[in-house]
Amino acid sequence: MIDISPSVMQFLLAFLVAAPLLGAVAALLPAPPGLKGRSPEQAVLRHGVTVTGVILAAAIALALGFDHDAPARFQATTDISWIPALDVRIHLGVDGISLPLLVMTALLFFLCALYSYFKLPAGPSPKAFVALLLVLESGTLATFAVLDLLLFFLAFEMVLIPMYFLIARWGGAQRQAAAWKFILYTLLGSVVMLLGLLLIGVTADTFDMVALATDNGRELSRTTQLLAVLAIGLGLAVKTPMWPLHTWLPDAHTAAPTVGSVLLAGVLLKMGTYGFVRILLPVTPDGMAAFAPYLGAFAVVGIVYGSLACLALARKGNKGDLKRLIAYSSVGHMGFVLLGIASMTPTGVNGALFANIAHGLITGLLFFLVGALKDRYGTADLDTLAGATGAALYGRAPRFGALLAFAAVASLGLPGLAGFWGEMLALFGAFDPAEGLSRPAFLTYTAVGALGTLLTAAYLLVVVRRVCMGDPKAGPELTVADVHRYEFAAWTPLVALTVLAGLWPALLLGLTDPAVQQLLAGGTS
Amino acid sequence: MTALTVLAADTPSLVQSVDWLAIAPVVITAVVGLAVLVADLFVAERHKPALGWISVAGLAAATATLLPLRAGDRSTFCLTADPEACSYVADGFTVVVQFLVLAGALLTALLSVTAVRDTRMPAGEYWFLLLSSAAGAALLPASRDLATLIVALEVASLPAFALVGMRRGDRLSSEAALKFFLSSVTATAVSLMGVSFVYAVTGSLHLTQVADRLEDVPGQLDTLAMAGVALTLVGFAFKTAAVPFHFWVPDTYVGAPLPIAGYLSVIGKAVGFTGLILVTVIAFPAYSQVWGPAVAVLAALTMTLGNAAAVRQSADRPNSAVRLLAWSSVGQAGYLLVPIAAAAYTERDQIGSTLAYALMYAAVNLGAFAVAALVARTKPLHRIGDYRGLYAERPLAALSLAFFLLCLAGLPPGIIGLFAKVTVFQSAVDAGLGWLAVLMAINVVIALYYYLRWTALLFRAPEGAPGAQARTKAPWPVAAAIVATAITAVVLSGAPQLVLRVASGSLFTQ
Repeated sequence: MIDISPSVMQFLLAFLVAAPLLGAVAALLPAPPGLKGRSPEQAVLRHGVTVTGVILAAAIALALGFDHDAPARFQATTDISWIPALDVRIHLGVDGISLPLLVMTALLFFLCALYSYFKLPAGPSPKAFVALLLVLESGTLATFAVLDLLLFFLAFEMVLIPMYFLIARWGGAQRQAAAWKFILYTLLGSVVMLLGLLLIGVTADTFDMVALATDNGRELSRTTQLLAVLAIGLGLAVKTPMWPLHTWLPDAHTAAPTVGSVLLAGVLLKMGTYGFVRILLPVTPDGMAAFAPYLGAFAVVGIVYGSLACLALARKGNKGDLKRLIAYSSVGHMGFVLLGIASMTPTGVNGALFANIAHGLITGLLFFLVGALKDRYGTADLDTLAGATGAALYGRAPRFGALLAFAAVASLGLPGLAGFWGEMLALFGAFDPAEGLSRPAFLTYTAVGALGTLLTAAYLLVVVRRVCMGDPKAGPELTVADVHRYEFAAWTPLVALTVLAGLWPALLLGLTDPAVQQLLAGGTS
Repeated sequence: MTALTVLAADTPSLVQSVDWLAIAPVVITAVVGLAVLVADLFVAERHKPALGWISVAGLAAATATLLPLRAGDRSTFCLTADPEACSYVADGFTVVVQFLVLAGALLTALLSVTAVRDTRMPAGEYWFLLLSSAAGAALLPASRDLATLIVALEVASLPAFALVGMRRGDRLSSEAALKFFLSSVTATAVSLMGVSFVYAVTGSLHLTQVADRLEDVPGQLDTLAMAGVALTLVGFAFKTAAVPFHFWVPDTYVGAPLPIAGYLSVIGKAVGFTGLILVTVIAFPAYSQVWGPAVAVLAALTMTLGNAAAVRQSADRPNSAVRLLAWSSVGQAGYLLVPIAAAAYTERDQIGSTLAYALMYAAVNLGAFAVAALVARTKPLHRIGDYRGLYAERPLAALSLAFFLLCLAGLPPGIIGLFAKVTVFQSAVDAGLGWLAVLMAINVVIALYYYLRWTALLFRAPEGAPGAQARTKAPWPVAAAIVATAITAVVLSGAPQLVLRVASGSLFTQ
């Protein structure tokens, strides 16, 4: 939109990846004079807000400087050799697929840093908290910015250690077990993924994603493609997570601190689906076509399973934990994303990418809200919260209740909000899948997926009824603080973007569509 | 008269020329070792620490002589009749392994300076034994005939037995030494038997000639040759502590002085795998269908058993930290064997991945032992539980140890560990050893569990009141060893190419 010179763009992208790391190191050092603040804790938390803020500004500048007339072209590219022995190159670049994810990641990290500045989760020193948060940010931004398979793997692994410590040190009940489950599960997935990446790299003799995508799998035999898709797909499916590999997710979400849950749902899960779109679709199209029906099947099972689990948790007397419920709803939502990808059509993949962003915004907001609720009540147990008639948030804290209701209806896919477009397009894509894929199978998936949207609506409305409605006079006498000012600051951007993406979907689709078209056509169009 | 001259001109001289620069790294180490032993007789008790510094300087000088050799194109002690067959070759492979051995021995020496002083071990013997063992280990990669190979192997191991038993009056120490000695000697005897079989079949001891002649072995000798190949491997598999020849490892490490445990885990391993590489890819390529699957199975067993045992170490038992490092080194030996197995299926340059991995492993594992030596000064029980809250007490040592452990686990921020594992995986994938790669993937996950558990412990709140015990100052040689290894690991993580370049391209000249 604005004309920024290519070298500045190049710098901005490299800055996005490198700056959080430098910020993390700086966070561990004592604050320089003049920046000491009220206390060391306050100084380091402010440092976190500053660094993530600067990175958000850089991401926005990158988005403004991005040539929106050519979103299919990689822009702001850097390509320098790093490890010639392994043929690893520091190859960075951004196109219409990765740009929205980069901006959303930077935004969510900034909001999380801002939120933590006022409401630090209980745990050891905030110094380590800020440093880990920044390393996490670097890893996630790098995942979306790199164009080299081994660098992608490195970025994929980089998030594990910080997230482990965030859960294990700042989490809630049973955090140790949850943190172990998270890291061992995802590491197993990503090491298997590495085998697939190496198989591609060794056979095609390059790790460069752009070259591999342009080649569109012509160099790779069918057997190689099948093996590679199996190995890489497994690793990505654990991260996404795809049913039945999702079991780490509910525990991790339940135990993680609020910002950990927000980032896990909003950013880390997207790394899995992004890998499907960026690597598997263009590099191994034949292998992907062979596995697409199975992927679609697992996706719709995930949709229905996630919603049924949520319905069970939302029922009275089941002692459902709200955080766990939202985690299961993520399994369902990511099922739609996977279904869109499995259709292998531009419509479906665009829908998947849209649903990715929408899920990041909406579920991020939901986890913020539920986390704040847990802080106010001391529990996220739905039965304790609701009591006999309901938690009556509308009566006790009207703004809070309204926000929760808004996030819930956005999550169930109300037209006019962000959640609607992605899931609808994904279902459309599955309705008319790519040539060569079994139409009847995908028609079934569409039907089952549509049923899933109904179930989603059902449990979210149950949650709204039990948490927001009820008799404020009944139940325990407690005053619930309404939305604080810093909470408004952290949540309003998410609300605004949810509405914006819902009313103006072309903003996102205009970016992703040309890139997706080129990707599926084998880098030629 | 004329007839005599003609005769003299026709018969090549029997005297081999010696390239002194090529053998300098080995000779300097051995000579300094002898000098220290002799000097020990004449030096007064209060000047004994000087012997340690002479040894450190000798090892540093030996390491420095590798610099002019780095082109890797020298050979000496060649047959006058066949200049292609040499007993000592300083090619790229030799120089890399010698660097690993000598630099590793230098770090061990730094750690030993304080250990010898504190535990009152006999200084002269200690330094002599350490330098002799290092000289043998440095000779091994250069030797290109089976006799030199076995001699180097013995020179490297015999002093190690004595070093393990160095802690006077310690029952555990002598028992460990005896266990180590008996099992090692058996393995060497088996190896010698194998070498004699191979000699019987080929009539030569030079590896290159053995390789040529094994190409067409007469039918009736085929079984003998195969048996010879298999038996030779046993001795070297023992040194690498490959399962099922691993049982000596944990007790030996626990019984040995800590620097020697570190030495065995790195240089002892290097001795094993260089010998294994030399006999497999240089001498026996003709029988790769025999040793290829055998090494692959060894690798699989070794990594699985080592990691399974390491996971089971409970944090509160005495010596659990050393035991964990011992078992994890068995697991790491499994990864080191993978590229050797891969070399049987593709080409011999795959073993570059083993070297790259070994260089990374040497730096970080010695670093971990250095931190363990530091911690053991205040908490001599070597329990993993003793490391709780190390960050609060010694932040830099804790950060270094965390970095070393994550390098061993192969997770960022330990980037060099990650890419070293990637090269090993790559060699397995390249060779079509899919099952081994998948097994290794599972092992990496198991290993992460115990490495990360230890790492997490470093940053927990310390038990008891903070500042309850006075913080002792770290002796500077130990601190220097930690700093050197930490800087190496960090620099390599930024520029992995420094190490990984040995994984690409050819290292052998012959």
